[in-house]
Amino acid sequence: MELYKCSLSELIKMLKENRVKLKDIHESISFRISNVDKRIKAFVSLNNNIKIDQLKTKDYIDDYLKGLPVAFKDNMSTEGIKTTCSSKMLKKYNPPYDATVVKKVKKSGGIILGKTNMDEYAMGSSTENSAFFPTVNPWGKNRVPGGSSGGSAAAVAAGMAPVALGSDTGGSIRQPASFCGVVGLKPTYGAVSRYGLVAFASSLDQIGPLAKKVDDIAIMMNVITGKDKNDSTSINNNYPDYTKYLKNDVKGMKIGIPNQYFEMEFDDQVRNSVISAVKKLEEAGAEVKKVDVTGAEYALAAYYIIATAEASSNLARYDGVRYGLRSDNVNNLRDMFSETRKEGFGEEVKRRIMLGTYVLSAGYYDDFYLKAQKVRTLIKNDFNKIFKEFDLMVSPTTPSTAFKLGEKRDPLEMYAADIFTVPVNIAGIPAISIPCGFDNKGLPIGFQIMGPHFKEEKIIQAAYTLEKILNLDIKYPELK
Amino acid sequence: MDNKYETIIGLEVHVQLDTDSKIFCSCSTEFGREPNTNTCPICLGLPGSLPVLNKKAVDYLLMTGLALNCEIASYSKFDRKNYFYPDLPKAYQISQYDLPLAKNGHINVKTKEGEHRIGITRIHLEEDAGKLIHEGSIDSSSGSLVDYNRTGVPLAEIVSEPDIRTPEQAREYLKHLKKTLEYLKVSDCNMEEGSLRCDANISLRPYGQKEFGTKVELKNMNSFKAIEKALEYEQKRQRKFIESNKDIIQETRTWDENKNITISMRGKEEANDYRYFPEPDLVPIEIDQESESKIKDNLPELPNKRKNRFINKYNIPEYDAEVLTDTRELADFFEDCVLEYNDPKEVSNWVMGEFLRLINEEKMSISDTKINGKLLADMLKLIEKGTISTKIAKTVFAEIFYTGKSPKDIVEEKGLKQISDQDKLEEIVKDIIADNPDVIEDIKNGKDRAIGFLVGQVMKETKGKANPQMVNKMFKEKIKQI
Repeated sequence: MELYKCSLSELIKMLKENRVKLKDIHESISFRISNVDKRIKAFVSLNNNIKIDQLKTKDYIDDYLKGLPVAFKDNMSTEGIKTTCSSKMLKKYNPPYDATVVKKVKKSGGIILGKTNMDEYAMGSSTENSAFFPTVNPWGKNRVPGGSSGGSAAAVAAGMAPVALGSDTGGSIRQPASFCGVVGLKPTYGAVSRYGLVAFASSLDQIGPLAKKVDDIAIMMNVITGKDKNDSTSINNNYPDYTKYLKNDVKGMKIGIPNQYFEMEFDDQVRNSVISAVKKLEEAGAEVKKVDVTGAEYALAAYYIIATAEASSNLARYDGVRYGLRSDNVNNLRDMFSETRKEGFGEEVKRRIMLGTYVLSAGYYDDFYLKAQKVRTLIKNDFNKIFKEFDLMVSPTTPSTAFKLGEKRDPLEMYAADIFTVPVNIAGIPAISIPCGFDNKGLPIGFQIMGPHFKEEKIIQAAYTLEKILNLDIKYPELK
Repeated sequence: MDNKYETIIGLEVHVQLDTDSKIFCSCSTEFGREPNTNTCPICLGLPGSLPVLNKKAVDYLLMTGLALNCEIASYSKFDRKNYFYPDLPKAYQISQYDLPLAKNGHINVKTKEGEHRIGITRIHLEEDAGKLIHEGSIDSSSGSLVDYNRTGVPLAEIVSEPDIRTPEQAREYLKHLKKTLEYLKVSDCNMEEGSLRCDANISLRPYGQKEFGTKVELKNMNSFKAIEKALEYEQKRQRKFIESNKDIIQETRTWDENKNITISMRGKEEANDYRYFPEPDLVPIEIDQESESKIKDNLPELPNKRKNRFINKYNIPEYDAEVLTDTRELADFFEDCVLEYNDPKEVSNWVMGEFLRLINEEKMSISDTKINGKLLADMLKLIEKGTISTKIAKTVFAEIFYTGKSPKDIVEEKGLKQISDQDKLEEIVKDIIADNPDVIEDIKNGKDRAIGFLVGQVMKETKGKANPQMVNKMFKEKIKQI
């Protein structure tokens, strides 16, 4: 088998057993990228500075990753490697420091493979909002890879990276994972440091892995979780060895099926595929029961208020003074601010900044921001209540499979695609998307498993079991 | 100043807290470094960076709150204040909006009208902004540079109630505030370096009227004196406006130090909407009773308390106690000395006299001098023993002040020992008598005071080292015998 087709865990195993040379793996992946990325366009930049010969394992804290390449979404700060957020604003921005996750990957023996394309500043669900180019879904020439971590998902799906990191604010890891037929986990808010992740919505953003198999997710979680003194919102917790939960066993696990999710209108093929997967879990011994959830109908509205409010403030710093773009077309300070922002930001980013500015304005704050925070508390409390009774909840990751490039022009229609993923971010809980089948167009369908705060191991165990039951070997799209 | 109009003043003071590192990163807070050297991704607001709260800044703020009689919040949080300006790297300032760390305090000030209580609305913690440096004047400048060294230095914003009624009260309030902060050692309160900055709101209303008049905000006052003068000027200006039926405009005015007037600043075109919302990158601060008590118990003795103790314990006049407790360093100096030389009034005289005279003359701070309480005590002991005269002591004092040498060594090195040797003095006295027959004649005729002249001659001859009491006695005896 071609090395680029192997999963992260398989590569690690082969390296451990000296069955393969690290150099050959890098070459295989590099070759694959040069073959297919012209079409897929998953990467914004590649690390041309990888020197396999100079890799010395003794500098590592541990050696989980053994010199294997990891792709990073281009909103994670990498010292000396451009970090653009797929925005004109940061097209030439070269950060002087590494994000904590980047440091952790490096210290675990990982190599930065490249930076992946995304919706500008992580705002979008299709990667079409990249200021540079859209990424193409490896499973369908004219299909979006999802977003905002579309580049990361497409890179993994197309065999251009054994594993990638993405960020998830409202579904931005899980939805592209679902569209591209890979596994993607959004960890509990606070489990992974956000230091160095270019902020979109600080109270919702969370970094997580995208990979070919659940095993790889467990390995990456071992690498990236942990309290970071540089991130006050990261949480000190006894993070387990997640690979110990790669067990084919869901006996006695209580799994909730949220009524309100399934009552919504969505694609029948997605529905059938998900229900069939649920049945398989039940056959394997899980106790499956329907459950009512509160606030699902408000989640999307609350999300787009909170996320845009925080974004309007987080993105204010791009003013042309210190770094990034500065418009030439200026005569005074005011112009420098407004012209720079006019030129530097794309349409969707501007829309969200305006929305966020509006909802925080005097006279509107109570009606929008404050109310949204109340909905947030409601949803959070509801999840907490449900998880006293249930180990996990499951749903589709997305209401449909990958849509066509350019198909969704109405922003509201685009926002609606986040309906199943957004409540998870609002509550700060972890959730995974794993492939559970294909529709009749050959497009992957994603299955979402949600769990209580800091119980990623339960999610991993259920996902691993489902992966085994469904016998989902890694499939590769045909790419020419 | 006025029996028709009452002046209403409120002060907003920003104080840099004297922590070693900045409030949200580990950069140094040192003043005067090369521009943009005390910076890092966090205080520069680089994409992806996050703030981490410096606990020391919270402690300093709580100390300030407790010293100013505030209630301490059991639950507090940070908020973002959003606005665009080149000196603000994140385009928002991390500040506190609705839940400040301290509120409802007060300061009592004494002026010629008596004692007056001035409420403190709130004290909150925030980060300082950078500094813009314009080429020439701001209007004609072709460009501006930004220095972010100051960005992220912790600031306490202390907001008073509109309880201040005269410019003098405002000055006294500030003096008390500064004194307290210096006692706490939480800030050096150096107005020249900008570690204490004050804005004032001032309005007038006819006596008896409940509603406030239109207020004007005053900025750019770089000393307490400037604040008092700016308020006095504004008081008169507003009164003139009211009396000639002109409307006072609600605006921000800047104090022109050279012309001694306030000038309207280019107005804020529209009202600012800072769109405050809770800072999601920081967790709320919870302060339990225990940690509050701990800070309270560790507060140093504050100026008023110390002053009263000085009056009672050392039995010195209130005036002395007031002067001596003006700064913590001075009070410490005094007490260190009294500990070694138990004559508080005598020590007080020296501290308030020679010590402060030299300090003021040299524009030095106490820590710049080489003298300490023990050295002064040693010197006072030499006077008491008659080793040196009070007059010579002034020379010795200056020497200690500048060099820190022990008084004993100075006396010996310079040969300043008082001459109390009977024979030696008698010789000189004889010579002086011989040289001044006219004066002797006068004395014999009852002009006793002329003895002072003769003593002066001896002192001159001995370069001040003669024991003046002995010399005086000798003259009296010798002249009687003539």
